[in-house]
Amino acid sequence: MALLQIAEPGQSSAPHQHRLAVGIDLGTTNSLVASVRSGKAVILADADGQPLLPSVVRYSEDGVVVGRAAKSAAAADPLNTISSAKRLLGRSADEISAAGGAGHYRLVEDEGSPRIETRSGAVSPVEVSAEILKVLRQRAEEALGGELVGAVITVPAYFDDAQRQATKDAARIAGLHVLRLINEPTAAAVAYGLDKGAEGVIAVYDFGGGTFDISLLRLNKGVFEVLATAGDAALGGDDLDQAVVAHLLTRHGLADSDAAEDRRLRDAARALKEALSDADEAGYTFSHGGQEYSGKLSGEELVQLIDPLIAKTLAPCRRTLRDAGVSKDEITAVVMVGGSTRTPAVRRRVSEFFGQPVLTDIDPDQVVALGAAAQADVLAGNNPDSDMLLLDVIPLSLGLETMGNIAEKIIPRNTTIPVARAQEFTTYKDGQTAMSLHVIQGERELVSDCRSLARFELRGIPPMVAGQARILVTFQVDADGLLSVSAVEKSSGVQASVDVKPSYGLSDGEIESMLRSSMENAEADVRARSLAEQQVEARRVLEAIDSALRNDGERFLSPSELSALQAVRDELAAVVDDSDENKINAAVKKLEAASADYVERRMNASVHDAMAGHAVDEFSAGTQDPE
Amino acid sequence: MSISLTESAARHVRNFLDNRGQGVGLRLGVRTTGCSGMAYVLEFADEVGEDDVTFEDKDVTVVIDKKSLLYLDGTELDFTREGLNEGFRFNNPNVKDECGCGESFTV
Repeated sequence: MALLQIAEPGQSSAPHQHRLAVGIDLGTTNSLVASVRSGKAVILADADGQPLLPSVVRYSEDGVVVGRAAKSAAAADPLNTISSAKRLLGRSADEISAAGGAGHYRLVEDEGSPRIETRSGAVSPVEVSAEILKVLRQRAEEALGGELVGAVITVPAYFDDAQRQATKDAARIAGLHVLRLINEPTAAAVAYGLDKGAEGVIAVYDFGGGTFDISLLRLNKGVFEVLATAGDAALGGDDLDQAVVAHLLTRHGLADSDAAEDRRLRDAARALKEALSDADEAGYTFSHGGQEYSGKLSGEELVQLIDPLIAKTLAPCRRTLRDAGVSKDEITAVVMVGGSTRTPAVRRRVSEFFGQPVLTDIDPDQVVALGAAAQADVLAGNNPDSDMLLLDVIPLSLGLETMGNIAEKIIPRNTTIPVARAQEFTTYKDGQTAMSLHVIQGERELVSDCRSLARFELRGIPPMVAGQARILVTFQVDADGLLSVSAVEKSSGVQASVDVKPSYGLSDGEIESMLRSSMENAEADVRARSLAEQQVEARRVLEAIDSALRNDGERFLSPSELSALQAVRDELAAVVDDSDENKINAAVKKLEAASADYVERRMNASVHDAMAGHAVDEFSAGTQDPE
Repeated sequence: MSISLTESAARHVRNFLDNRGQGVGLRLGVRTTGCSGMAYVLEFADEVGEDDVTFEDKDVTVVIDKKSLLYLDGTELDFTREGLNEGFRFNNPNVKDECGCGESFTV
């Protein structure tokens, strides 16, 4: 017999038409699934009542094992047990090795995308993530008693298109329909109902097991805008535990321990840290080298041990404030996310830093999944009266490369999504029949300083004079932040498009430095752009004059005139790559002046040619096609 | 005539109402839809209408319209857990037949 949930007044769904939707926090260390039941977002626990699913997948001899069983087998079967696959998601093999490699995994490359060698063959990070999502989906369908219509999955705010697309791919493999991907800090803010609150800037301090992220969100007319993010991909609760382990070893005069001892010590350290969350003093015992050790640690001692690590999280906080140009007193709420924010010392320091109490009422391990569940409920249509329409923004500008290495932004950063923007481009050379479109991401003015996302070609443009073709390029970003770019030549209708699904990604550090460098280099960038534009203009002038002279130079110019014009033309050609914009500009002006007579003669002749053999009245009513 | 709640159901209803922050009670009812005739309605109640009857049980106000009461008289609302799933169940003595899933019934 089906079990019923309480609905909002007047919104009992017809039998067999419950729209079951979940929110999923697909984490680096742990994952969770949540759903709204009887008007309240709740975590769906497994059969043992455990809410957290360790994000660990083991390819065992008897099939795929996910979660705690996989985690506990990690030490015994390291090569076939994959943890932290999220760090590899949407990254190319090159990027993984640049970021310090994939740990101990045997990485193989398959057409540029990395795969991990296991006993079940080579698996991609997407497939590993799909195994985790599959388990969460099964858990949810069992708990909710039916098939899911969809899921909202959270991703870090700094995830780029490739990483978001990889997350979506993993969901598809797991048989989940993705209602939307939303940013983790946004989900946390939603869980606290901040989206319904006053407008302002919200700081989301996310200190998890293995990573630290700080995000500043601006809530404006119900839209969350990511102002700035920063963090440390290698700083987490594990480091706090390690500090305690190091202290215990020193205190008892012990040397390093073997793997099994180390694990026991870490467990003891973690238990000690957790006990000191509510007590001033806690005891510990651990065995090392066949001997038992025990003692006591006070809360104050713990604070001294971990304080340097907490201080390391405050530097990125300061940086995001600076990047966003926001002062501390503009922050209206500070949301605490991640298990490490249970430690009272962390809460205290963060509260002191922002000069206000921090939000800790909702379990920091669960807050992201709960926010995602609330959003999923709305998106599945279970709450039609809700005005919670959550919008996100794109983190970095998207654009195209134009002639001269110039970045043309089509969609500026912080535009709310979904969004579509179109812009017209034209050809550069006479008779140009193809155009190469280079899709880029970033804030800088020159393409070489931006990130390349994709390239594609529009072919079959009918031959026309330079500047006459009208090519409409449309950038479309869907609600999940995924980009598709299409180009169509308007007179012939030929078109080409690309879905951006590149095999590489960016770390939050990189995205941050991209944003920072665009500000630091703003002035130099503007100069560089202006120079590049001048160079493009100079080349265009050269192209036009050369094309004209080839055609009819000898017809309209005397040999001496021709060689004089050639000389001025060569002067411009000599300085076209010069770094002095004024020099190029002067040479362009000089050539334009020197060729004025010639251009006039050509114009007159072409008018004459066009009218020759026609009666004057043919032109009065006729609509001349430009082609 | 009466409607009752088990201790577990009452506790959950009180929790959900507290969490919601508004509402006068819990509305029970039946609607004519579903694969075997009638379906249960289980909603938060924000107001008591003219045709409604209310019952108090274990600090929960149950709101039910007079017509539905004919089909639900004597019902005990329970909250149970089946595997990972948990939710409310109508123990309705008037039911003659249920569809396989239990979401709808005939009297």
